[in-house]
Amino acid sequence: MNSCTHIQFDHLTVHYGERIALQDVSFTIPRHAITAIIGPANAGKTTLLKCINRTIDFESTARWNGSVYVNQVDVMHKKCDCIDLRRRIGMVFPLPVGLPLSVYENVAYTPRRAGMKSSPELDALVEDCLRQAMLWDEVKDRLQHLGTRLSGGQQQRLTLARALSHRPEILCLDEFSIAIDPVTTMKIEDILREMKKTTTIVLVTNLVQQARRLSDTTAFLSSGRLVETGETEQVFEHSANELTRRYVCGEFG
Amino acid sequence: MRLPESDIQPPRSARKRWAMDLGESSIEMLIRLCGWSSILFVLMIFFFVFREAFPLIGNSEFSFKEFFTSINWRPTSEIRETYGVLAMIVGTLSVTGLSMLFAVPLGLGAAVFLSEFCTGHVKETLKIVIELLAAIPSVVWGFIGYMVVGPLVVEWTDAAIGVNLLTSSILLALMSVPVIVSVGEDSLKAVPDSFREASVALGANRWETIYKVLFPAAKNGLLAAVLLGVGRAIGETMAVLMATGHSTRIPHSLVDPIRTLTATIASEMGEVSRGSTHYQVLFLIGVLLFAMTFLVNLIADLVVRGIRKNG
Amino acid sequence: MFSSTPREKRRRKIERIAAVTCFLFTMLLVVPVLAILTYLVVRAWPALSLDFILENPQNLMQSGGIWAPLVGTFCLVWLTLAISAPIGILAGIYLNEYARDNWFTRVVSLAVVNLAGVPSIVHALFGFGAFVLTLGMGKSLLAASCTMSVMTLPVIITSTREALAAVPISFRMACWNMGATRWQTIRTIVLPNSMSGILTGVILQISRTAGETAPILFTGVVFYAPVAESGFASILPYSVDQPFMAMSMHLFTLMTQVRGVSEEMQYATAVALVGLILLISGGAIGLRTWLRNHRRW
Repeated sequence: MNSCTHIQFDHLTVHYGERIALQDVSFTIPRHAITAIIGPANAGKTTLLKCINRTIDFESTARWNGSVYVNQVDVMHKKCDCIDLRRRIGMVFPLPVGLPLSVYENVAYTPRRAGMKSSPELDALVEDCLRQAMLWDEVKDRLQHLGTRLSGGQQQRLTLARALSHRPEILCLDEFSIAIDPVTTMKIEDILREMKKTTTIVLVTNLVQQARRLSDTTAFLSSGRLVETGETEQVFEHSANELTRRYVCGEFG
Repeated sequence: MRLPESDIQPPRSARKRWAMDLGESSIEMLIRLCGWSSILFVLMIFFFVFREAFPLIGNSEFSFKEFFTSINWRPTSEIRETYGVLAMIVGTLSVTGLSMLFAVPLGLGAAVFLSEFCTGHVKETLKIVIELLAAIPSVVWGFIGYMVVGPLVVEWTDAAIGVNLLTSSILLALMSVPVIVSVGEDSLKAVPDSFREASVALGANRWETIYKVLFPAAKNGLLAAVLLGVGRAIGETMAVLMATGHSTRIPHSLVDPIRTLTATIASEMGEVSRGSTHYQVLFLIGVLLFAMTFLVNLIADLVVRGIRKNG
Repeated sequence: MFSSTPREKRRRKIERIAAVTCFLFTMLLVVPVLAILTYLVVRAWPALSLDFILENPQNLMQSGGIWAPLVGTFCLVWLTLAISAPIGILAGIYLNEYARDNWFTRVVSLAVVNLAGVPSIVHALFGFGAFVLTLGMGKSLLAASCTMSVMTLPVIITSTREALAAVPISFRMACWNMGATRWQTIRTIVLPNSMSGILTGVILQISRTAGETAPILFTGVVFYAPVAESGFASILPYSVDQPFMAMSMHLFTLMTQVRGVSEEMQYATAVALVGLILLISGGAIGLRTWLRNHRRW
C-alpha cells in the first residue's frame, strides 16, 4: 500500500440476507483524485459507499467479510470509531434530503454536533459551504426558511453544502446530478475538479460520459463483482474486458 | 471557476469525546430499559395477582372443582362458604356474546360505510364522533345504563328490573364499537386500491366489490377488530358493575339480571380481610380474567400479524 | 344504449340497500349516543352552576359540589403523567428507533398490546398487591398513580411510536451520514418533528386517566376526603401518601353508595365528568388535525 492510496477495498463481500450485494471486491482509490464507480443498476455501487462510511450498520440484514482501509485503518472492523469516520467523510445521496431545519441550521448541523457555538466563524463557514455548493446566491436572503421548502435541485445542493460543512477528506457523491439541471451539474463538476486538489472524491454515477469527463480513475462493477479498474483513459479506450467495453459504449446498462 | 479559499475549519472531532460517548451510552441504556419495561410490567401483573391467589392450592376450604362447576357463590355464609364462579363465567360470556351480537354488525357496517361509501368532511366528522364515543368513561356508561337505558328496557320489554343482561349488553356494545370501527376501517383501508379498481373494471358494483373482494382480502383485520372488541367487553368493569343487576344466577332470558367476574372483584374486594380464602378467590378470578384476555389478545395479535405477512 | 335487464336492476337495488344499511348502522351508533348525551345535559341543567364546581361535597354528599373530586382527579392525572410519560415516550423511542426486527422486539410489542388488553380490574388487583401491600404505599395517591401509570402506558407508547414512524427514514439517514449518533439524530431531528404527535398521545392518556375508576378503586380513592377551602392545604390538597377523591369514583359513589342524592346532582356530576373528558380528548383531536396541516416537510 503506497502513500497515495486513500481507500483500499480488500476482498470485501457483503450480503443482504441471502442476496449477495458485493463479492470479493479488491481495489484502491487514490488520494486527491476523482474516482468514478460505474456500473448498471444493482451492481453494488451504493453498497460500496455505505461501507466507506460504515452506514451499512443501519441495514439490519447486512453481513460482511473482508476489509476496507481508510488511511490504512480497517473501518469494517468492529472497534472502528464510526462517528469519527463519518465526520471525515462527506456523503451525498441521489435523492435530496433537506432536513426540517432552517437552511442555515442544515449546513451548521455537523459543526454544531462537533461543538461549534453560534459565532461569526460559524456564519462564515455556512456561507462558505453554501457558496461552494453554488447555492449561496439563491438562498442568502432566506437562510432562516425551512430547508424542506426548497426546490428539489436546491435541496440537492443543500445536501452537498452540508456534506462539505465538516471539511471532509473524502467526498462521496452517489449520482448527485439526478435531481439537478444540466447547467448546475456542469458548475458543480467544475467545483469538484477544483476540490480534488485537497480532497479525495468518489463519484458513483450512471452517466458514463460524466465519469469520463471528470474522473482520473474508474472502477467498473457489475452484479456485485469488480470487472475492471484503472486509469479512466485506459478503461474507456482500451477496455481489457468485453463487458466493460460494451457498457462504456452504451450497449447495455 | 475558483474555489473560494477558506481557512475556517470546524473542530475535527468533538471536544470531550468521552463525555459524549458516556452521555450517549447512558441515554441509550435508559431508553432500552424503558422499552423492556412493558415485558416487566406484564410479568409483574401476572406475578402479583398470582401470588395472592397461590395459597389456595392446599387450602382445605377451597376446591378448584367447585370453583369451576358450582353456581353457588356464598363467600360469607355462616354454615359453609362456597366459591363457585360458574354463574359468573356464564354471566360474563353471555353479556360478551350478546353485546357482540349488537356490536359486530353495527361496527363492521359503520367501518364499511366510513371506508367505502363516504368521503371528505362527513367522514372526518363521523370518525371524530366515534373517537369521542371511545373516550366516554365506563363509569358514565354505567350511569347511562342505570338511569336511561334501564328504564327504557323496562318500558319496552317485560323486564322486572332495568339492570339486566340486555341493558348491560347494549352498553358494552356501544363501548366496544369504537374499537371495532377503527381497527375494521384500518384493515379495509389497507386493501390496495388496485383491488377495487380491478373489481370495478370487471363490472362489479360497489357492494359486490365490498362483499366479494374487500371482505376476503381484509378478513384477518376484521377478525382482529372483533377479537379486540371481545377483549374489551370481557374486561369491562364499572359499566357492568352498575348495570347488570349483580345476581349470581344463570340467566334464562334476555332480561334476567346477571353478574360478571369483573364486577364481583370490584364490589367485594373492598370488604374482604387480607389473606382470607375469599380474598384469595377474588385474586384467582383475577388470574382467570388475565388468562382470558391474554388469550384473546394473543389470538388477535397473531391474526393481525397474519395480515402484515400476507399483504 | 345500456338497456337495464331485470338482473341489472336487482344488482343495483342490492347495492342501494347495502349502502343504506351501512349508513343506518352508523347512524344507529352515533344518533342515540348524541341523544343520550343531550338528555344528560338537559337533566343536569338545573344543578349546573359555578358554585357546583367550586364547592366541596357537603351534608353526606347530598348537597354541595364537586370541587374535592375535581381536584383529586387533577392530582391523579398529573402524578400519573409524571410517572408514565417519560417511561412511555422512551419506550416508544426504543420500539421505533432502537429495536431490531427480531423475536425479542415482537415479544415487547406483544407485551404492550397485552398491557392494553388486561382488564382494568386486574390492574387494580395488581396495584393493590404490588404498590399498596408489597411496596407499603398504603391506599394513597401515589399507589393509585402508579397503578394508573402501568395501565395507561400502552396509550402513550403506541402513539409515540406512530408519531416517530411518521418522520421519514431519509432524515435519519442524512444525519447518520454526517456523523451524528443515534441519540443526536433523535434529539435534533426526530423528536422535534414528532413532538405534536407525542403530545396528542399524552393528552389521550390524560383523558383516559381522568375517566377510569376500577384501577383506583382499592389503591387510593375514597368516598369522602374534602379539600381545605383555605390555607396551605388548599394549594396542595392531597399529599402523595394520602387517599383522595376522584370524579369518576364520586359519580359511582353518588349512584350506588349514598341515599337521598337528588337526580339533578347525579346528572350534573356525570355531565361534568363527560364534559371534562370530551374537552381533553377534543383538545387531542384538534391538535392532531392542526398537526396534519402543518407538516414541516
